[in-house]
Amino acid sequence: MASVNVIKPKARMSNSNILFLIAAVIFVLMYLFAIISYPGSFMQFQTFFDLFNLNAPLIIMTLGLCIVMIGGGIDISIGSVCGLVTMACAVFLESDKGNIGGAILISLGIGIAFGILQGYLISYLEIQPFIITLSGLFLAQGLLTTLHKDPINVTMPAFVRLRDFDIIITWLGTKNRLGVFIPCEIKPGTIIVVILLVLLASVMKWSRFGRNVYAVGGNSHSANMLGINVKKTIFLTYVISGLTAGLAGFVYIMTTGAGNVGNASGAEMKAIASAIIGGTLLNGGVGNLLGAPIGTLTLLVINELIRAAGVQSNFQAMVSGLLLYFFIVLQSIIMALRDKKGFRLALPSWLRLSNKG
Amino acid sequence: MLSEIILEMKDISKSFPGVKALDSVDFKLRKGEIHALMGENGAGKSTLIKIITGVYEKDAGLITLQGEPIHFKTPQEAQDKGIGTVYQEIMLCSNLTVAENMFIGRSHGPVVNWKQMNEKAEQLLASLGIPASPMQELSSCSLAVQQMIAIARAVDMDCKILILDEPTSSLDEDEVHKLFELMRELKDRGVGIIFITHFLEQVYEISDRTTVLRNGKLVGEYETASLPQIELISKMLGNVLEDITKLKKHEPVVTDTSVPVFEGIGLSSVAGVRPFNFAIQKGEVNGFAGLLGSGRSESARAIFTADKVTGGEVKMKGKRVKIKTPLHAIKQGIGYLPEDRKGDGIIADLSVRDNIILTLQVLKGFFKPFSLKQAEEFADDYIEKLNIKTPTANTPIRSLSGGNQQKVILARWLLTHPEYLILDEPTRGIDVGTKVEIQKLVIQLANEGMSVTFISSEIGEMIRTCSRLIVMKDREIVGELRGTDLTENDVMNVIAKGGRNA
Ligand SMILES: Nc1ncnc2c1ncn2[C@@H]1O[C@H](COP(=O)(O)OP(=O)(O)OP(=O)(O)O)[C@@H](O)[C@H]1O
Ligand SMILES: [Mg+2]
Repeated sequence: MASVNVIKPKARMSNSNILFLIAAVIFVLMYLFAIISYPGSFMQFQTFFDLFNLNAPLIIMTLGLCIVMIGGGIDISIGSVCGLVTMACAVFLESDKGNIGGAILISLGIGIAFGILQGYLISYLEIQPFIITLSGLFLAQGLLTTLHKDPINVTMPAFVRLRDFDIIITWLGTKNRLGVFIPCEIKPGTIIVVILLVLLASVMKWSRFGRNVYAVGGNSHSANMLGINVKKTIFLTYVISGLTAGLAGFVYIMTTGAGNVGNASGAEMKAIASAIIGGTLLNGGVGNLLGAPIGTLTLLVINELIRAAGVQSNFQAMVSGLLLYFFIVLQSIIMALRDKKGFRLALPSWLRLSNKG
Repeated sequence: MLSEIILEMKDISKSFPGVKALDSVDFKLRKGEIHALMGENGAGKSTLIKIITGVYEKDAGLITLQGEPIHFKTPQEAQDKGIGTVYQEIMLCSNLTVAENMFIGRSHGPVVNWKQMNEKAEQLLASLGIPASPMQELSSCSLAVQQMIAIARAVDMDCKILILDEPTSSLDEDEVHKLFELMRELKDRGVGIIFITHFLEQVYEISDRTTVLRNGKLVGEYETASLPQIELISKMLGNVLEDITKLKKHEPVVTDTSVPVFEGIGLSSVAGVRPFNFAIQKGEVNGFAGLLGSGRSESARAIFTADKVTGGEVKMKGKRVKIKTPLHAIKQGIGYLPEDRKGDGIIADLSVRDNIILTLQVLKGFFKPFSLKQAEEFADDYIEKLNIKTPTANTPIRSLSGGNQQKVILARWLLTHPEYLILDEPTRGIDVGTKVEIQKLVIQLANEGMSVTFISSEIGEMIRTCSRLIVMKDREIVGELRGTDLTENDVMNVIAKGGRNA
C-alpha cells in the first residue's frame, strides 16, 4: 500500500546494477587474491592484458549474447558460427583472391546471415529460441566441416603481419629478472573488445532500441501494450548476436592464425556462463553489458588460479560448473530478498521443472 | 448538448473458443464526454476496448475515428493515433524505472535522453501527487502507485481518446478524487473518455453517458443522470437485484467468548504497523477499516506473517503458538487472500477448476482432508456460487475476464475452509451482483463457525458484512465500532478524531 504522506521514496539501485556490482566486486576480490597468492604472474600487467588478448573472441560473443539474454532469449549457435567464420576466412585468405577486407566482410556476412535467419524464425514465427539456435549450431557445424576438414594455417603475408601486430605501451610494463624493461603489449582484438563494449553498452543504456530490449525481456506482453514493436526488437537482438559471433570469428583467426574444425567449439557454453556470472539473468530483463567482460574474466582467472595451483585440468571444468551454480543461487537469493517474494531460481520457465509462474 | 462523435463502433462481433464475447455491439463516443461502459464480469467490456486498440482483431463490424474507418493491428498504431489506454491488468514493465514506464514506446527518436525524461516524469508525478520517484524501479512501487503511473502515462499522451479499464480498482478515495479532477480537465479540453468500473457511485459521480453490455450484447445507451441506480443494476444483471442495503446483518455465533480463535498481543511487523492487540472469536466477521496506507493490510499481513513479524505473541484458542512464516500460519489454520493478487495469482495455463483446487492440494493435510473428486465437486460448486463465467471448468483460466479470474482466486481460499480466514479486498474488480453473493457467502461461512477478517476499501461493504470494525489510522488502531446500524459517517468520524495528531 502507498503511504499517504507524499515523501518521495529513494530510488534504490536497479536489479541490473546491483547484480553487476556484485559481479565486479567478486572479480576484484578474486584478482586481489590471485595477486597475493601468485604475485609472480598476476602482479604483471601483461597477465591482465593477456586475459583480453587471448580471450577477445569469447568476450565479443558474450556481449552479443548478453543482449539476446536481456531480451529474454538465448543463442547457443554463437560458438559454431564463430568457428565457421574462422574456417571461411582461412579458406578465403589462402585463395588467390584473398584479402583482409574481404575476410572481414565474409565474417560479418556469415554472422548477419545466421542472425537474420534465426531472429526471423524466433521472433516472427515464434519458435523456441533454444530449438532454433540449437539447429543453427548444427547447421554451422555442418557447413564448417563441409567447407574444409583439415586445419589451414593462413600464410598470406598481409594477414600474418596483422596477426603479429602488437600495440606496445611503452610506459607500462615490468622488468624481467635481468632487469630489462619489457613493455606491455595489446593485441588489436583487445581494442575491438573495448570499442565494442563501449558501443554496445551505450546502445543498451541510451538508445531507444536498448531500452526496448529491457522492456521486452522484462515482460513482453506489457511491452507490446506499451507500444513497443516486440517482434522487431527480438529480431534485432539475434542479428546483433550473429554479428558479434561473426566478428568474434574474425578476431579468433586474427589471434590464432589458423582455421580449424575445433575452433571455438563449446564457446557458447562459456559465453552463457560468462554472461550469467557477469550479472545477466537467464530469465531476461536484467543485465548490464559491462558485466560481460567481468564474467568472462572471472571464469578465466579462476581457471588460471587452478592451473597455477598445479591441480589437474579436469578440476577447471568442475570449478567452472560450481562457480556457475554459486552465481545462479546467489543471484536468485538477491532477487528474492529484493522482491520480498519467495525464493525461486532465477531461470526462464523453459528451464524450470515446475511451471508455476 | 450537440457534440461531435469521435469514435463510432458498429455491429462489432468477436468470438473466442466457446464464447461469443461480443455480438453486434454498437458504441459511440462523443467529444468531451465521459462515457461509462458497464456490465457484469465477462460482459465483454475489456474485449470491446481491446478491439479498439488493436490488441484483438474483430470478427465483424466497422470502427470509425473522426469519420475515418480505422483498423489497428497493434496497440502502437492506436497510441500513435491519439488513443491512450490504461488496461485492466496493469501493463507496465516492472524491471524498468518509473520514468521509462511513462515514456517508453512513445518517443520515436533513436536516443533516450534520461535527464529530460526524468525531469518530465518528475513534473508529471508531482502534478498528480504520485509518491514515486522517476528513477525508482517500478517493481518497488505498490500496486496503487503502479496504477497511478499507468494513468499518468496515458493522460500525458496528449490524446483524443482516453480509455480507462477499471483504473480505480486499487486506488483509495483521495486518489480517485485526483483522477476524477484530471478526467474533468481532459473532458473540458475535448477528450472523449471511456471509463469502466464496478463502483456504481463513481459512474454517477463522473460519467455523462452510460452504455450497458450484457453477455456480449448491447443493452442500451443512456444519459447517466436520468438512469436510476436500481435500473442500471437491473439492466446489467438482466434481473432485479435485491436492495443490497437490506442485506441481513450478521451476528456472531458465539459459542464461548472466553477463548478467541486467534489472539495477537503486541504484534508489529517490518511493514511499520505499531504494536497492536487483536482477537477474533469463533464465527465472527470483523473488518479493518481505514484509508489506504492506514495499515489495514499491514495488520492482516502481520497476523499471517506475510511480512516479517518483529514483536508480539500469538495465541490460537488460548494456547501460545509460534508463527514465524506463512506456512506456520497455514498449519495453525489461518488462510489469507492477499491484496496484491498478481504475485501469487493465477497459473495462466491451468484450467479454472485446477486453479481453484490448487491451494487445497498444496495444503492437503493442513485443513480438512478432501479427496480429489470431492475437491473437484467443490470447485464446480464454487464456479456456480460465485457466478464464475467460463465456458467449462476445464477452460484455461487465462481466457477468463479480469473479474472472473479474481473470483477464482477468492474461491481458492474459501474452499480451503480454514478456521480463520483473512480476506484483503476480496471483491476488487468484481461486479455488483457477485459482490452481494460474496458477502452472503462470507456470512454463511461464519455461521458455520469460520472466523473471518474482511478488509475492503468500500466502507459500505464492510459495514454490511462485519459485526465489528477495527478502525485504523497512521498504522495504529484508533477505535472499534460495533452495532447493526453503523454508517459510513461513523467510521469516518473515528478516523477523523483518532490518531496521534488528534
Ligand atoms: N483471450 C481470450 N480467450 C478466450 N476467451 C476470452 C479471452 N478474453 C476474453 N474472453 C472471454 O470473453 C468474455 C468477455 O470478457 P471481457 O474480458 O471482455 O469481460 P469484461 O466485461 O471486461 O469483464 P470484467 O468485468 O470481469 O473485466 C468472457 O466470457 C471471457 O471469458
Ligand atoms: Mg474487463
